[in-house]
Amino acid sequence: MSVNPLSTPKDSSLWQPNRSLNKLVEAGVKAIFATFAFISVATTIGIVLTLIFETVSFFEKVPIGRFLTETQWTPLFANQQFGIMVLLSATLLTSAIAIAVALPVGLLIAVCLSEYAPAGLRKWLKPALEILAGVPTVVFGYFALLTVTPFLQTFIPGLQGFNALSAGIVLGISIIPLVASLSEDAIYAVPQSLRNGSYALGATKRETIVSVVLPAALSGIVASFILSISRAIGETMIVTIAAGQNPRLGFNPLVPVQTMTAYIVQVSQGDTPAGSLAYNTIFAVGMTLFLITLALNIFSYWFVRRFREKYE
Amino acid sequence: MTAQDPKAFQNYSEANPNFNASLSDRYRLDKILEFAAWTATFFGLAMLVILLITVFRDGLFRLNWSFITSYPSRNPSAAGILSPLVGSIWLLITVALVSFPLGVGAGIYLEEYASDNWLTRFVDINIANLAAVPSIIYGLLGLQLFVRWMFPITNGRSVLAGALTLSLLILPVIIIATREALRTVPDSIRQAGYALGATKWQVIRIQVFPLALPGILTGTILALSRAIGETASLITIGALTFIAFVPELSLKGLQSPFTALPIQIYNWVSRPQPEFHTNAAAAIIVLMILLLLMNTTAIVLRNKFQKARG
Repeated sequence: MSVNPLSTPKDSSLWQPNRSLNKLVEAGVKAIFATFAFISVATTIGIVLTLIFETVSFFEKVPIGRFLTETQWTPLFANQQFGIMVLLSATLLTSAIAIAVALPVGLLIAVCLSEYAPAGLRKWLKPALEILAGVPTVVFGYFALLTVTPFLQTFIPGLQGFNALSAGIVLGISIIPLVASLSEDAIYAVPQSLRNGSYALGATKRETIVSVVLPAALSGIVASFILSISRAIGETMIVTIAAGQNPRLGFNPLVPVQTMTAYIVQVSQGDTPAGSLAYNTIFAVGMTLFLITLALNIFSYWFVRRFREKYE
Repeated sequence: MTAQDPKAFQNYSEANPNFNASLSDRYRLDKILEFAAWTATFFGLAMLVILLITVFRDGLFRLNWSFITSYPSRNPSAAGILSPLVGSIWLLITVALVSFPLGVGAGIYLEEYASDNWLTRFVDINIANLAAVPSIIYGLLGLQLFVRWMFPITNGRSVLAGALTLSLLILPVIIIATREALRTVPDSIRQAGYALGATKWQVIRIQVFPLALPGILTGTILALSRAIGETASLITIGALTFIAFVPELSLKGLQSPFTALPIQIYNWVSRPQPEFHTNAAAAIIVLMILLLLMNTTAIVLRNKFQKARG
C-alpha cells in the first residue's frame, strides 16, 4: 500500500494555509494601502485649507478691493500697499516670454523626434532631452544671471543686470523638454495608417504633419502646452535669481521685476514671525498662484476629454 | 477640369486655398519645416552643452578636496560645501524612506485593489492635479503643517520637516510611475497565481511586484533626483543658509536645522562678489555629478532587472 506523501504531519502542514490569518493580512494590507492613497487627497485638502486659513486672516486686515486694485506692492515698507497686479504682471511677463520660446521650439523638437529623426538617432536624442529636463532650476538661474544676461547685454542696450527678458528666455529653455516629450508622446501615438492615407492622397510630408498628424494629436499637444504654462507661472528659482526683487507694474522686459514666486522667496528668507501681516501675504500670493494653476488644470482636463481622438 | 485646360486648373487652385498647384512651392515649404524642426532640436541640445560648458569653465578649477570638506564661510576662498552636501544626503535618505513605501503602497492600491468607482476617479484626478501644483505651494504647506503645527515632532525648520515636504512633492510622481509599472505586468501572471490558490496579496507580493520593481525603482530614483535639485519649497519652509555643523547620524539628527546644496548654490549666486559665483559653479558641478550618479543607477537597475526577467 502506497503512503500518501501528504499524510505525514510535516508535509500536510504545507497544505494547511491559515485562512483566517490570510484574510486578516489581506484586509490589513488593503486598508493600509488605501490610507496611503488617501494621503494624496489629504495633501490637496491640506494645501487648500492652509491657503484659505491664512488668506482669510490676510483679508481681515486688508480689504480685497485694495488687493485687486492698488498699483503698488510694498507690504514690507511703512507705506503698505497690496496691489497683487504688480506681482501678477511680472509673472505674466516672464511666463509669456518663456512660452514664446518653449512652445514653438518644444513642438518642433517633438515633430523632429517623431517624424524626421531616424530611429537610431531618436534613441540618443530623447535621453539627452531628459538630462536637460533633470537640470535643477537653480542651475538654470545661474545660467540666466551669469551667462545669458551678459550675452544679451552685448547687443541689447539698456538691459539691466536683473531683467525679465533673460529670466523668461531661460525659463523657456528649462520647460522645452517638458513640451517636447509630452507632445512627442501624443504625436508618436498617431497611427501610421493616417499618415499613409494622407500620402496616398498626394500630400507631402509637411502637409501630412500639419493637416493630419498634428490635428490628430491635438488634445495631447494642448495638454502639454497647458502643463508647461502652469510650470512657467509657478517656477521660482530662475525668476528669483535672474529677474530681480523689484515689484514693478508694467511689461518692460529690460528692467528688474518681482514675480509672485520671487516675493514668496524674498519673505521666506527673512525672519518673518507667524501671524504677522507679511506672513499672511505670502499665503495670499500663494493662493492666487494656486488658483491660476488650478484653473489651467481644469481647462486642460476639460479640453482633453472634449477633443481626445481615440484610435484602435 | 482637364489637363488640357490650364485656365480651369488655375481657377480651381485659386478657389481652394488648401490646394497649392505648384509642387516646387510645396516642397520648398516642406524643406523649411524640416529645417526648422532640426534647428529646434539642435537649439535644445546646444543649450544643454553651453550650460554644462559654462558651469565647468566657471567652477572646475575651484573644485578640490578642501572645498568638499569645508563649511560655508564669509570668506569665499575658504568656503566649502560640507554641511550642504551632508544635508542633501540626509534629505535624500529620509525622503526615500518616507516616499517609497507611501507611493508604492498607494500605487498598488489604486491599480490592484481599488474598484473603478467615482472615488477612485476622484483620487486619480487629484493626483494628476497635485503633479501640476507649483513646488513653492508645497513649501507653504510644509511651512504651516510641518514647521508650525507639527513642531513637537519636527522641531521646526529641521531635516525632518524638509524631508516630509519633499516627500509630499514627489509622491504623485512615484504613484504614477508605480501604476504604470504595474500596468505592464500581464494579467495572465495574476490569473496563474489565483489558479494556484494564492490570495490577492500573495499574488501581488510574489508574482506582480518583483516584475514591476525595475519600473518602480526607475521612477522613484528619477523622482528623488527631482527632490535633490528642489530649492523653492525648502527656502519657503525656511531652511537656513548658514550652517556650520553636520546633523548627527541619529534620530536626533532628523530634528536638527539643515541646509542643502541647491540652497547653498542659490545663496552664493545671489551675492554680488564674483568669487562666490565661482563657488556656486563648483557646487553646481558637485550637484550635477550627484544627479548623474543617481540617474545612472536608475538606468543600470532597470537594465539589470530587465535582463533577469528575460
